Amino acid sequence: MELLDKLTILSDAAKYDAACTSSGARRGFKEGMIGCTSSSIVGCCHTFSADGRCVTLLKVLMSNDCSYDCTYCVNRRSNDTPRATFTPRELCELTIGFYRRNYIEGLFLSSAVLGSPDRTTEQMVVTLRLLREEYRFNGYIHAKAIPGTSPELVTALGLLADRLSVNIELPSEASLRKLAPNKTKAAILAPMGQIRDQEAESKAELVKYRSAPRFAPAGQATQLIVGATGESDRHILHLTESLYGRYRLRRVFYSAYVPVVENTLLPALDTKPPLLREHRLYQADWLLRFYGFRAGELLDEDQPDFDPRLDPKCCWALRHPEFFPVEVNRADYETLLRVPGMGVVSARRILVARRTGPLHADDLKKLGVVMKRAQYFLTCSGQLATPLRLSYAGVLASLLAVERAALPVGVQGEQLSLFE
Amino acid sequence: MQWRNIIYQYDGSFDGLLCCVFESYTQKERPTAITCDEDACLFEIRSVVTVPEHAARISRSLRKLSPDVLPLLRRVFLTHLPDKELAIYRFIVKLYREGAPYLTRLSDDAYQPLLRAARQLATEVEHLRGFLRFSVYDGVLGAEIEPKNRVLPLLRSHFCERCRNESFFIYDRTHHEALLYSGGRSHIVPLDDFRLAPPDEEEAAYRKLWKRFYDTIAIRERENPRGRMTKMPKRYWSTMTEFQPENDVGCGDGQIVHDKHGFKNAASPAASPARGAPGARSAPAIRPESAPPAPA
Ligand code: SF4
Repeated sequence: MELLDKLTILSDAAKYDAACTSSGARRGFKEGMIGCTSSSIVGCCHTFSADGRCVTLLKVLMSNDCSYDCTYCVNRRSNDTPRATFTPRELCELTIGFYRRNYIEGLFLSSAVLGSPDRTTEQMVVTLRLLREEYRFNGYIHAKAIPGTSPELVTALGLLADRLSVNIELPSEASLRKLAPNKTKAAILAPMGQIRDQEAESKAELVKYRSAPRFAPAGQATQLIVGATGESDRHILHLTESLYGRYRLRRVFYSAYVPVVENTLLPALDTKPPLLREHRLYQADWLLRFYGFRAGELLDEDQPDFDPRLDPKCCWALRHPEFFPVEVNRADYETLLRVPGMGVVSARRILVARRTGPLHADDLKKLGVVMKRAQYFLTCSGQLATPLRLSYAGVLASLLAVERAALPVGVQGEQLSLFE
Repeated sequence: MQWRNIIYQYDGSFDGLLCCVFESYTQKERPTAITCDEDACLFEIRSVVTVPEHAARISRSLRKLSPDVLPLLRRVFLTHLPDKELAIYRFIVKLYREGAPYLTRLSDDAYQPLLRAARQLATEVEHLRGFLRFSVYDGVLGAEIEPKNRVLPLLRSHFCERCRNESFFIYDRTHHEALLYSGGRSHIVPLDDFRLAPPDEEEAAYRKLWKRFYDTIAIRERENPRGRMTKMPKRYWSTMTEFQPENDVGCGDGQIVHDKHGFKNAASPAASPARGAPGARSAPAIRPESAPPAPA
């Protein structure tokens, strides 16, 4: 089979994986090697695909010839679809050729289960070793650890890759049992625990010896599919929180389920992917990681799902009138961060700017505060930013209007009826 | 005191601009424009000579106020902020008058436009780190870009590190200058005209593979052209491989400026500096023969 055809099949099969970021690793140049991981923290977007997603890595499967039969997946054994498998050398040539031309920051290598998890991972290790050792590739590698792989192979993989991920995909054990009969929660969590421990060990070693081997220096990530099964946002967000806490994950990615299979256990084929819901989950995830929120503050039993019409921070603010208004000239950083329309950058700028003297309402906009949202929640030197106090209903109505206009393109068309 | 109105003409370098500040203080004048155009107009023009010691005195005084000021001004100087010379001048005057505390007044009218311009420059640099596309010619990497700001000085360290073992050049079509790198050393040189050679077989094959990957990786059910456009403005597309038509994945055709010794060839104008020192006002950047239109 031509390389071009293989690439087509194996990138098509990999495209539903949301993770495409090279962040979290800094590795300088090494003599005689090709490339380095970018020094920028956010990771470098080399292009954006027609669906508006950032492309950083050559994201492909090593093979789509799967022995498993997960109901929701295009690569499942029982599906009639063209199959292909890269040779290690083909993958190396592609990675190097793309990297040199500045198309990518590195390789995201995943695979369907080729016979058994161990056999698949062995092949991945062979490929990555060739890429690192013979092709002297020093760029970013993100590799998938397949649930059920033996610990030695996970170790070998982690020593070659910058980041590992084990995809949870279905956010509960019940859903796994129903839709992915070859996988179990235990088989997924085992490598996650192993990766967490070895990453920590390697960090400690590195402090002592600079040349200690690095194990997945950019940590691990996972992906959850949203909308294939019935879990609530609250369930998903609590799971996320414990993954960040207990398993020290760097990122949790959410992937709105795109129906690819006709099956009574799954949403019908004409179901639109729940992009707005995915967007709200990413916003909430952001609040957990950078804004000091806890999952339990954002959602509870009475309200297990996000109001799709408003961003999670606005929702929280409206439910906590006792917290507001916040005085910009005195509030500390954590408090400022809880104000809708205030970001990490604008909060920091406020801390700097107010040292010279009290801030006024018109300064805030220049400092990057989105006043359309923030105005109801702030005072400047005791003055309300908006002179008249609006009722809850009034604030809600104005925020809804702002939010509707501000939704990222792409989720805008969806569920607009909600706003009507 | 009574300041006289006058136009300064300088050599287009950052030091030259600092000398204009020096001049204005020693002569007690307030320039109404600072330009490097030769042919100005009816107003009184003074040509300010670049004296390194004068520039150094201004630098020192600024450094004393804060270590961050000079780096910021150097960056602003690379931007396409309208009348950036005068904007920088006004900022310095205000900073001298009010002292270091002025630097926290991020929203001041003489300060905020500079910060915004520097931010936009940073964004463009960030974009081009990703969106720039190299072609491989006999082992040498070559790229063309069309930036709004003079980004080459800021792309330099990134690409020199990323491609340390390679030889490469990046040509800036807008400002007619090129970044050249080989054997661990880099230079930025003015370069009037330049076009990339058509791809050889291997290069064409890689472009095709990349295009295919790019087209395949998008999820049809999530198509979002406007979202893509906000994150990757169309002005970058003309130099990106994935937006060139399938049968013409080359960036130019015909005229081969580059040859086997392309690197040397591209570097040659350095010997005889072309029009305008670096930093001179950008010449119009229209070169209709290159950049096939990107698909809508
Ligand atoms: S194991 Fe992975 S590739 Fe195979 S069917 Fe399940 S989800 Fe798909």
